[in-house]
Amino acid sequence: MGFYFAQFLTGLASASSLFLVAAGLSIIFGVTRIVNFAHGSLFMLGAFIAYSISQQFGFWVAVPLAALSVGAIGWVMERTVLSRLYGAPELFQLVATFGLVLIVQDAALWIWGPTDLLGPRAPGLTGVVRIFDQPVPEYDLFLITVGFSVLGAIWWMFTRTRFGILVRAATEDREMLQALGVRPARLFQATFFIGAALAGLGGALEMPRQPVSLLMDLNIIAEAFVVVVIGGMGSVTGAFLAALLIAELNAFGILILPEITLVAAFAAMAVVLVIRPYGLLGKQATTAPHAVEIQPPQTLGEAGRLAAAVLVAALFVLPIIAGDFVIVLTADIMIFALFAAGLHFMMGTGGLVSFGHAAFFGIGAYAAALLVERAGIGMEAALILAPVAAAIGAAIIGWFAVRLSGVYLAMLTLAAAQILWSASVQWQDITGGDDGILGIWPAAWASGTTAYYYLTLALTTVGIVSLMMLASGRFGILLRAGRDAPARAQALGIDIKLRNWAAIVIAGSAAGLAGGIFAFSKGSVFPDTLAIPNSVDALVMVLLGGLHAPAGPILGASVFALLEDSLSRLPYWRALLGTAVVGIAVFAPGGIAGSLSGWLKRRRERSA
Amino acid sequence: MSTVLDVKGISRNFGGLKAVDDVAFILNNGDVAALIGPNGAGKTTCFNLLSGALSVNAGTVLFGGHDITRWQPHQRARAGIGRTFQIAATFRSMTAIENVEAALMAAGMNTDTAEKLLEDVGMSAMTAAPVTTLAYGDVKRVELAMALASEPALLLLDEPTAGMAAEERHRIMQRISDLVRARGITVLFTEHDMDAVFGYASRILAMDQGRLIADDTPDAVRNDARVQRVYLGAPEDGDA
Repeated sequence: MGFYFAQFLTGLASASSLFLVAAGLSIIFGVTRIVNFAHGSLFMLGAFIAYSISQQFGFWVAVPLAALSVGAIGWVMERTVLSRLYGAPELFQLVATFGLVLIVQDAALWIWGPTDLLGPRAPGLTGVVRIFDQPVPEYDLFLITVGFSVLGAIWWMFTRTRFGILVRAATEDREMLQALGVRPARLFQATFFIGAALAGLGGALEMPRQPVSLLMDLNIIAEAFVVVVIGGMGSVTGAFLAALLIAELNAFGILILPEITLVAAFAAMAVVLVIRPYGLLGKQATTAPHAVEIQPPQTLGEAGRLAAAVLVAALFVLPIIAGDFVIVLTADIMIFALFAAGLHFMMGTGGLVSFGHAAFFGIGAYAAALLVERAGIGMEAALILAPVAAAIGAAIIGWFAVRLSGVYLAMLTLAAAQILWSASVQWQDITGGDDGILGIWPAAWASGTTAYYYLTLALTTVGIVSLMMLASGRFGILLRAGRDAPARAQALGIDIKLRNWAAIVIAGSAAGLAGGIFAFSKGSVFPDTLAIPNSVDALVMVLLGGLHAPAGPILGASVFALLEDSLSRLPYWRALLGTAVVGIAVFAPGGIAGSLSGWLKRRRERSA
Repeated sequence: MSTVLDVKGISRNFGGLKAVDDVAFILNNGDVAALIGPNGAGKTTCFNLLSGALSVNAGTVLFGGHDITRWQPHQRARAGIGRTFQIAATFRSMTAIENVEAALMAAGMNTDTAEKLLEDVGMSAMTAAPVTTLAYGDVKRVELAMALASEPALLLLDEPTAGMAAEERHRIMQRISDLVRARGITVLFTEHDMDAVFGYASRILAMDQGRLIADDTPDAVRNDARVQRVYLGAPEDGDA
C-alpha cells in the first residue's frame, strides 16, 4: 500500500512538472491560437539559464530569475516572429515556431556547449520524508505543491482579475474586444510572457531531477503536446488533469513493463480523442482557421509537362556524366522528393497537416530492414512490403487522425511519430536501439551506385507521378472539396472521413516506399528516420517548394537537400536553417514555386 | 401521392434550450413546402436535423420509407436528399463549373452535364469564373446547381434568396420553381421573404420556439391566428 502511494506521489510530482509546461502551451494557444513548437525550447532555456544563475547565486535565486528571463525571451519571440503570423494558416505558424526551435538549439549549444550539465539540488529539500514507511523525496512534495499552487494562481488570474477577464474575452472575440477599446496585441504579449515564464519555471525546477541537456526541448514538447491534446487546447484545468493522467500512467505502467509507458501515452490520447475529439475539457473552435490556405492548385501545363520530361531525361543521363557523390546526392533528393510528395498530397490537396510524417518514412525503413535482417527476405519483396507496412501504420494513426482537424491532427501525428521513435530507441532487441540495424544492402543486381540510382529513379518517378495523377484526378478533386467546404462536401454525398483516411494511407505508403529505398541506399536504419527533425524536414521541403504547386515537393526537396548539404559544413548550421525556415513562413508563404509564378504573373501584367 | 419524407416527433436540445421540440410533418412527392418562423424559431436546426448535420435527441426521420435518423449527412445525400446552406457553401479553390463537376463526381455521375446545370440556373456566361470572384447571388446559383447535380428526390433550401435584392429574389425563386416542377423534386425551403413564401410554396409549415404551430395551405396559414400572433404580436403582448 505504502509503495503504491509513494509511486502515486512520484507520478504527481512528474505531473506538476509536465503541467507547468503544458499549461503555458495551452494558455498561449487559447489566446493567440498559435501552437508554439518552440515551447519545449523555452523549457530547455529555463533549465540552462537557471543552471548558469545558480552557479553564482544559488538554486532559490536561479529558479524565479530563470522563469522571468524565459518570459522575456518569449515576449521577444512574440514581438519579432509570431506577431507577424497571427491569422496565417496554422501550418505556417507551426513551421515558423519550429524554425525557432532550431535557432534556440544552436544558441544553447553556442552558449552552454554540448555536454550535459548537472545542476544543484534544491537546498533544504535534499532529503526524504517517510510516508507509510516509504521514502518520498522532499523535492517531489515541493513540486506537487508548486503544481497545485500554479493551477490555483492561473485559475485566480483568469477568473478574478481584469487582465484574466480580458484575456478570456480575447479568446472568444478579438474584434469585439478591439471595438471596446482594448488592444489585443498587449494581451497577446502578456500572455506569451506568462506562458513562456511557466515553461521556464518548469525547466528550472527540473534541474535537480535530470541533467540539463540539449535534448530537453524536443523530449518535453511531444509529451506536452499529448497533455494539451488530451486536456483540450486552451484549457488549463484540462492540462492539469491530462498531465496527472499521463504521469500516473507512466508511474504505474513502468512497474508492469517499462516499454508500456510509450504505448500508454498514445493509447490514452487515442481513447480520449475518440470519446471527446476536442480533449477532456476543450471546446470546438467556432471559427477554426484553415490549416492551409485555400487557393486553386497550380497546374503543370504544357510547359510544366515538358520540363518534367526534360528533368526525367536529365536524371536518366546523369550517371553518365556525373561522379558518385552527385549520383548519391541526387538519389537522396529523389527519395526526399517522394517523401515530401506524399505530405504535399495530404496537406495541399486534403488540408491535412501532419507533423509526424517521419513515422511513415521510418516504418517503411524499419520494415525493409527488419524483413531483410530478421526474416531473411530479398530486397525486392522488402521494397514492396515497406509501403504496405507504412500504409498499415498510416491506417492506424489515420483512423484517429481523421476524427480531428487542424492543430489537433498535427499534434496527434507528431505524438504518434514520437512514440514510434521512442519505441525504436528503447526496443533494443528488435530495432537495435540507437545502434540501429546495419547491413541492409540492395540485391546483387542493384548493388552498384549507378544501378541503385536507376532503381531509385524508377520507383520515385512512379510514386511521384502517381501522387500527381491522384491529386489532379477525381480522388483529388473530391479530397479538395472536403478541404474547402466540409459541410458542403458531405451534403453532396462525399464521405470526408473515409476520403481523408485514404489520403493519409496513400501519403503514408509513399513515405514508406521512400523509407524503404532510403534504408537500402544507406545500408542501415537508425531511430532518426522517425524523429521530429525528419518530420519537419519534410514539412520544410513542402513549404519551400510551394504547397499548391505540383512541382513543389521536387523543388523543395532539391533546394532543401542542397541547402542542407552546404549549410551543414558550417558551424551552427541549424540556426541558419531555422532562420531560413522562419523567413519562408513569414515572407514567402507561397514557397519557391508560388513566388516564381507570382513574379511571372506580375511580369506578364506589366508587359501587357 | 407517395410520401417522400416522414418526420416523426423530432427534438433537439442545446443545453436547456429546446431548439426543435417534437416536430412532426409529412412531405409528399411534388410538394414545395416553406418552413417559416421568426429568428430563433428552430428552422435551421430543423434543416440540419433533416440533412444529418445535427443528430436528433428524440424522434424518427423516414425518407422514402427508410429510417435515416442515424444516417450521416453523406449517406442521406447519397440516398437522395440535396441541400443548400443559409450562407452559400461552395469549393473556394474551384471555378463555377469545377464546383458542379465535383458535385457530379460525388454523385458518381458523368460530368458532361455540368454546363447544362449551370445554364439551368442562369450561370452559363460565368462557368469558368473562380467562385471567389462571383457576386453572392451568383454563388447561390452555383450552389443550387450543385445541389441539383445528384438529381435529388428531396431538396432542402435554407434561405435561397438571403442576401439578394428584391428583383433577384423573384428571379431565383421563379427559376427554382420551374426547375423542381420540371424535375419532379420535392422541396422544403426556409425563407424570411414572405412574398417568396406565399408566391411559390404550395404548403407552409410555421415554427415558433422550436414547435410546429401550423402546417397547411398558404391561405390557411395566412389566416391562422397563432401564426399571426407570432408574426404580428398578440394584443396581450402589448405591442400589437
